[in-house]
Amino acid sequence: MNTARRHATLLMLNNVPMVLFVAALFGFGALAPSFLTPANLLNLLVQASATAIVATGATFVLLTAGVDLSVGSIMFVAAALSGKLLLTQDWSPPLVFGSMVLLGGVCGLLNGFLVARLGLIAFIATLGTQYLGRGFGMWLTETRAMNLPENFTQLASLRLLGVPLPVLAAALVVGLAHGLLMHTPVGRQVYAVGQDAAAARKAGINVPAVLWLVYVLCGLCAGLGGAVALAQIGSVAPTFGMNREFSAIAAAVLGGTSLFGGRGRVWPGTAFGAVLIQAVENGLHNANADPYFYPLVTGGIIFVAVLLDSVRSRLLGALGRRRIRPN
Amino acid sequence: MSALLQFDGITKRFGGVPVLRDITLALQPGITLGMVGENGAGKSTLLNILGGNLRPDAGRMTWEGGAYAPTGPADAEAVGIAFVHQELNLFPNLSIGENLFLTRFPRRGRWPVIHHRAVATETARWLLEVGLTAPPDTLVESLSAGERQLVEIARALSSQPRLILFDEPTTSLSERETRQFFALMERLRARGLTMIYISHTLEDVLRLSDELAVLRDGTLVAHGPRAEFDVDRLVTLMVGRRLDQLFPARQRAPVVGNEPAVEERPIDPRQAAQVKARSGTGTVPRGPCRPLLEVRGLTRTGVVQDISFQLNAGEVLGVFGLMGAGRSELAQILFGLEPFEAGSVSICGRPLVSPRPTHCLREGMAYLTESRHEDGLALEASIAENLALVTLRSHARSGTGWLNRVTLAAAVRSIREAVRLTPTARDDAPVRTLSGGNQQRVVLGKWLLAKPQVLILDEPTRGIDVGAKFEIHQLILQRAEAGAGVLIISSELEELIGLCDRILVMRRGELVDELSRSKFDRERILRAALHERSAT
Repeated sequence: MNTARRHATLLMLNNVPMVLFVAALFGFGALAPSFLTPANLLNLLVQASATAIVATGATFVLLTAGVDLSVGSIMFVAAALSGKLLLTQDWSPPLVFGSMVLLGGVCGLLNGFLVARLGLIAFIATLGTQYLGRGFGMWLTETRAMNLPENFTQLASLRLLGVPLPVLAAALVVGLAHGLLMHTPVGRQVYAVGQDAAAARKAGINVPAVLWLVYVLCGLCAGLGGAVALAQIGSVAPTFGMNREFSAIAAAVLGGTSLFGGRGRVWPGTAFGAVLIQAVENGLHNANADPYFYPLVTGGIIFVAVLLDSVRSRLLGALGRRRIRPN
Repeated sequence: MSALLQFDGITKRFGGVPVLRDITLALQPGITLGMVGENGAGKSTLLNILGGNLRPDAGRMTWEGGAYAPTGPADAEAVGIAFVHQELNLFPNLSIGENLFLTRFPRRGRWPVIHHRAVATETARWLLEVGLTAPPDTLVESLSAGERQLVEIARALSSQPRLILFDEPTTSLSERETRQFFALMERLRARGLTMIYISHTLEDVLRLSDELAVLRDGTLVAHGPRAEFDVDRLVTLMVGRRLDQLFPARQRAPVVGNEPAVEERPIDPRQAAQVKARSGTGTVPRGPCRPLLEVRGLTRTGVVQDISFQLNAGEVLGVFGLMGAGRSELAQILFGLEPFEAGSVSICGRPLVSPRPTHCLREGMAYLTESRHEDGLALEASIAENLALVTLRSHARSGTGWLNRVTLAAAVRSIREAVRLTPTARDDAPVRTLSGGNQQRVVLGKWLLAKPQVLILDEPTRGIDVGAKFEIHQLILQRAEAGAGVLIISSELEELIGLCDRILVMRRGELVDELSRSKFDRERILRAALHERSAT
């Protein structure tokens, strides 16, 4: 393949997530007219907001060519601990919200320590903290579901200028993350580390500091995403947050974030990825599809996204190969 | 006038092998120093010491009269030393501007927010300087190799260094870009910037430098003003021969006539059946044939161009070339690791239709890679596992396919003896625990177990001590005397001259010269390998 064609193919691959998104939207719209109503679309955004927040955190980690499998467990631990405080110590709902975010950050510190300081492989380190977190939360809740009072759950239905609070929170997180990644020095360094950690070190970037940062940010996002989800669901079951790492990573990858690191954006990428995943579920529901069919469709879409990612990275590799002879 | 930079008795060894010996050199401010030397002469080691990537074993450096002992690249940058490396250190996923200012972005006020407009204007200024007409927000991945090189140069300039080092900056530049780059160097020199320029294009070095330094085998053999040198003298200084190296004698000359000297290759019946089944022909020709390996018009755009040669049974054929001449790339194409666009490769007259490593292996080819750490060995695996890796299938029991531990252990034992692996290491010890020389014996042993008919060796004795080197040379010759054709790639001219029956010379992905043993001439070989053409 010649260089011009490679560039053309790349351009196409880079825009596939957008095409998928539009196709899903109109496809489901055609299948079920109720799907494209404003009420359902807003509902879609509300449903997608927790995923979008957690996926934003996951994007930071993926950009450094790492992965955080523990976000679901972080959500659970934060929810369990805060729920207990809410019920036994009578903490106010905003305080619980704040404590969940902070607890998420603390869990992120642990991941950062394992990956940036001890140099463990991110996959294994966060798989470990996933089990650790799940176990700790089970122990805290004694595997019983905790129902939260209404003064907490009503946060989810609160509106500010007509916009539901979860959507507002997601928009704020996406906006801040986008600004951090695109417009601050450390944000651009995240991309450099993900591209080539050794070269980044040679270029004078403090690579461990960047890694600490992304895992802590991911933890903070998981804590906040957990709080939003908790307010929406209203109870902490032992399965709370389970498999959330999957939907978070899927949203990021669907949005064009590369599992090989160094490529991807929170806006529009991950945000749209999160809505796309939710849209598929919502759309299938609207089209009265068999619920057992949902994972098959979501799984299929994710396979396509990962395949495109790998084709793209191979193409980029071919383009960047050093030449011996100038042409 | 006091020196800007001074090396004082710099010495460095890698695993006991000296690579720099007592380098003492002063660089005056405003001077452009041209540095030349063969591969492995110690240029890059010296640069790495200067850049803080390596620590010297002895000696010290002085920068503007004060002690300079960098512990990392940041220290070099802090005093004002910038590098333009041969291999690019850019981030293709970032823009040109971001690559230039990655660690020192201009900010908006006190907040850590990038001032994108300032980045763009600053970047545009440096791009104009190097003659690259691309918008500053262009992603580096969309640039050609030559353009990327210019970005690398712009990055070095944008740190506004006191001393700038160019390591082969023109290899991927087109003629026009090269001319622009030389004009830039002249401008920088006129501004009084101190530079070190390393290149294999001797004419360029002579034209651009005020002073020249010649390195050979880690020793500074000459240093003086440009007027003292010309191309002939430089070549003579670069090649001077090393006397401490002995080479094993050949027992038998390679096959040149029609009489074969090839052993019958023992064929596993299962393997033969596979070959039969896949090739479609009923025979498995393993006997002598001339030529053993024939390469015709092999081409891959941007990598190798129209390579043709033959390798005969019992012959040791050397491939010489400077770094980046395409030698290893040629070997990778031959072994089916990389594709080719035109030409053919045939073994015993049968073309390899779609060469893949498994296919090449079946045809009796073996390829010892350049880097034993990266792709030659499974470092954490045991000695026995590494030795058995290639021939594992031949130890599978017919029927069940389970490994026959008895024949496997016997094979490992016999090859350990044959390559004289240190007897103190247990079979189950990880290869990582062996010395470099013994690791190389394991890699070679692994391939020798397969009794290859065509043995491709890429830098088989790099970084190992003299004793181990001699024995590996012996093993290579033994293999040739048993009838195999050996293709040996080396940066060490002495090694090729000592071992080979014939030497091919590569330059910029092309074969440029071929010499038979009676015609071996160090200067001619080196001259052919160096760039003759200079862009003016």
